[in-house]
Amino acid sequence: MSSSKKIRVLVAKPGLDGHDRGAKIVARALRDAGMEVIYTGLRQTPEMVVRAALDEGVHCIGLSILSGAHNALFPKIMELLKAEGVDDILVVGGGIIPEDDIPALKKVGIGEIFGPGTPLDEIVEYIQNNVKF
Amino acid sequence: MSVADLVEGVLSHNRRYLARLISMIEDEDGRALEALSLLYKHTGKAHIIGVTGPPGSGKSSLVTKLTAEFRKRSKTIGIICVDPSSPFTGGALLGDRIRMQEHSLDDEVYVRSMGTRGHLGGLSRATSDAVRAIDAFGKDVIFVETVGTGQSEVEVIDIAHTVIVTDVPGSGDDIQAIKAGIMEIADIFVVNKSDLPGIEKKVAEINAMLDIDSRERVWRPPVLLTNSRSGEGIPELLDTILAHYEYLKESGDLQKKGLQRSREELQDLMKYKLTQELSLKLRDKPEYEEAIRQIAKREIDPYTVAEQLIAEFLFSMSR
Amino acid sequence: MGDNKILPAAVKRWDENTVAKTINRFPERKEIFHTISGVPINRLYTPLDSKNLDYEKDLGFPGEYPFTRGVQATGYRGRLWTMRQYSGFATAKESNKRFHFLLNQGQTGLSVAFDLPTQIGYDSDHPLALGEVGKVGVAIDSLADMEVLFDKIPLDKVSTSMTINADAAVLLAMYIAVAEKQGVPMDKLRGTIQNDILKEYVARGTYIFPPTPSMRLITDTFKFCSEKMPLWNTISISGYHIREAGSTAIQEVAFTLADGIAYVQAAIDAGLDVDDFASRLSFFFGSHSDFLEEICKFRAARRLWARIMRERFNAKDDSSCKMRFHTQTAGCTLTAQQPDNNVVRVTLQALQAVLGGTQSLHTNSRDEALSLPTEESVQIALRTQQIIGYESGVSDTVDPLAGSYYIETLTTEIEDKAMEYIKKIDEMGGAPAAIEKGFIQREINDAAYAFQKSVDADERVVVGVNKFQVNEEQQFEYLRVNPESEREQIKRLSDLRKTRDNEKVNIALQTLRAGAEGDTNLVPLILEAVKVYATLGEICGVLREIFGEYKAADL
Repeated sequence: MSSSKKIRVLVAKPGLDGHDRGAKIVARALRDAGMEVIYTGLRQTPEMVVRAALDEGVHCIGLSILSGAHNALFPKIMELLKAEGVDDILVVGGGIIPEDDIPALKKVGIGEIFGPGTPLDEIVEYIQNNVKF
Repeated sequence: MSVADLVEGVLSHNRRYLARLISMIEDEDGRALEALSLLYKHTGKAHIIGVTGPPGSGKSSLVTKLTAEFRKRSKTIGIICVDPSSPFTGGALLGDRIRMQEHSLDDEVYVRSMGTRGHLGGLSRATSDAVRAIDAFGKDVIFVETVGTGQSEVEVIDIAHTVIVTDVPGSGDDIQAIKAGIMEIADIFVVNKSDLPGIEKKVAEINAMLDIDSRERVWRPPVLLTNSRSGEGIPELLDTILAHYEYLKESGDLQKKGLQRSREELQDLMKYKLTQELSLKLRDKPEYEEAIRQIAKREIDPYTVAEQLIAEFLFSMSR
Repeated sequence: MGDNKILPAAVKRWDENTVAKTINRFPERKEIFHTISGVPINRLYTPLDSKNLDYEKDLGFPGEYPFTRGVQATGYRGRLWTMRQYSGFATAKESNKRFHFLLNQGQTGLSVAFDLPTQIGYDSDHPLALGEVGKVGVAIDSLADMEVLFDKIPLDKVSTSMTINADAAVLLAMYIAVAEKQGVPMDKLRGTIQNDILKEYVARGTYIFPPTPSMRLITDTFKFCSEKMPLWNTISISGYHIREAGSTAIQEVAFTLADGIAYVQAAIDAGLDVDDFASRLSFFFGSHSDFLEEICKFRAARRLWARIMRERFNAKDDSSCKMRFHTQTAGCTLTAQQPDNNVVRVTLQALQAVLGGTQSLHTNSRDEALSLPTEESVQIALRTQQIIGYESGVSDTVDPLAGSYYIETLTTEIEDKAMEYIKKIDEMGGAPAAIEKGFIQREINDAAYAFQKSVDADERVVVGVNKFQVNEEQQFEYLRVNPESEREQIKRLSDLRKTRDNEKVNIALQTLRAGAEGDTNLVPLILEAVKVYATLGEICGVLREIFGEYKAADL
């Protein structure tokens, strides 16, 4: 890996949820760990998330959602990625996502869900260890 | 992904390949340079517009509005936004895309965020190679939006045909304008957020600076007012941009700049290649490290060492 | 206050002898102690610390300017604070059930949570509503839903707080229409609409329109209510969300009051006299972890606002200077780990709010880090308030902590520091300008990041998260919103569109459009539209066309 290679991450807020404290903190932590972070802002449709991820050539997508709409939106995003023939982008999620829902999300290809109280280091390390370079 | 795939993908207008190529360019992947050399003959068609200015002067919203206006005139757009990478961590928060939401699903608009990745100048070779890739892809207009502090404003002139320098009223940064040659690189001045107080003062400041500028210039940079929120002034700005491009063509400046640019680029590439080769040859050579120690101790002088090493290097290359 | 001849020497002696001896044997737990907001905390506070306090000027009496000790002369001896649990989910029918449950369990006021499509002006069948319908609150698409929501709830007897902002005027209109059908005239209605758009841009995210037309809608509601609804709180100027987004207590006070200043100024600029509307402004704060700092925060906010209203805005009536507020215990302090611990946190936080003199209170349920509360959990939350109110005795005297050397010192400190921020924001041109410059967002973001770093570094302890953890085998039931609700709601909406008088709807929407293009008061026009069953999405759609949409762009 040449020294100029950087992990690029898209931090996205799909759906109507407006709570961005966590997403912004994670974005900063990733930047502090040497990654290039593109934060999409609020109210992203699944199409917008996928378009941004592909155009920006990111290695990882972080989805933040606290409104309970994850069961509808996360699979939709994974579907769209699949339709584009993408299988090498690491997708992770965070916010308010009940444990019971996690197996189903992982089944559609979400790598990991980081719930409330997860230390930032854990998120950084997971991404560093699991992105496909 | 092979070089052939990349080239074909870019030329057949597949944005995934464009995105991939730019990633490879940034990662200094050898395939990228090969692809670029094959794509080179397809470049030179786009109008490249640099946008620079202090933080908070609304560059991103200006670019967004100009994009909308260009789209009305059926032009396709590429946008590269450059943000500073942290010199300590190497990471970057690339925060311009968020201001361009209105184009997020327009198929004819491609937006890419890039970090400066430690290039002190602010604009790296990766940026100009990325512009080239987007040019080959077929975009009519390519915006390059830069950091706006430090040297990068001046570097944008190497890449862009038309350079827009933005400012806002009341910014009070007279020094800002004088430093780093920013006055010299502007083809168009835009005072954005024209609804704020202090407009006349700002325009007067800029005109005064232009008056002092002693160079002979046929194209005196106009000072335009815009409000990137309401859209006021945007069509006029666009017309001015197009007029500038026409002027470049008619006056022969476009060719002159093109020649100049090609000369500089070739020299840069050669320097880069030479430096690479030299580093490869010298890397981990104990004699090299020893020479450095001796220089530090004043036992031998660096001028002599340099001459010797280069002579050896050239000799070895000629074999 | 305090002897100032002998005391300094005594304090010195204590420090150099007794304290020094103790520290030699047992060093203190930390080098420096400070509140969550970063205010340094001394080992001890004595009369010396409050020697500059002027009882009459700085504390005064409850019910009198500057209201430091409370806005009611008899405090909770007259009436306990309103116990008002924020609730709502899925459909109006299910939410109505929860409302009745809470009222039967002793809650004394209603607080309505709406789902995100409703808050953002979309009907349940809008593409962006996918997966969101009924999830964080109740889905309200039209007056028909509102009627179900308040079924068998007497609006002349119950006060209702509605957490709705960008489209508050629409929900207010629906509430008025429901009351009318019950035979209750609008001048008898008690309640609140949150209606605070500035904090949406900065911390909560359910904005619709850009700032200028949003302020117009807000001043329209001020005007309408000042004439027709004298018992209605037209706004709940909120610090809760700013705090939840990560600010410190000082910033919470500063940014909230700065927003308040902007609203008062806007109303004045729209032609209202300050004493015509100011007494119906209300506030909303969080109650966070630092027990004593939070109590001081409430008192500081009350005093500061009173002074601002009198000195800056020349309010003549004392009632214009009264800061009445609702409090919610801090959601961001709830942990998903060992959820029962949250009951303890909420108890402390509720007690803080009561000792701080809140007018109404919502206590979070233990499971809210994971989901909306179950009946069982919300009952505990309600009982928490009832135990404090009826068993603990703290309500039996007014402002019991006044005069504490620490409390008065910290109250003044918070007031002073908040005022510094307000001055800075004034220099930028006020809260709206500061928001546009991204100043407030950056401050909040920095504070949030610093807090997270201190938790990650184990400097700040969160019990169960970075200390005293257990291997979680948490098995308990939490509330799930039935996805069927979304389908049901969409069907109901589609039926409504067929059965209502669409011609009347079109006329009403046209009238609204014309009004929005001009400068007539939009509230009566919205009321008309609502009565003929125009949907929330249709009404907001018209306004979106005319006003445009706010485009957020900050990092």
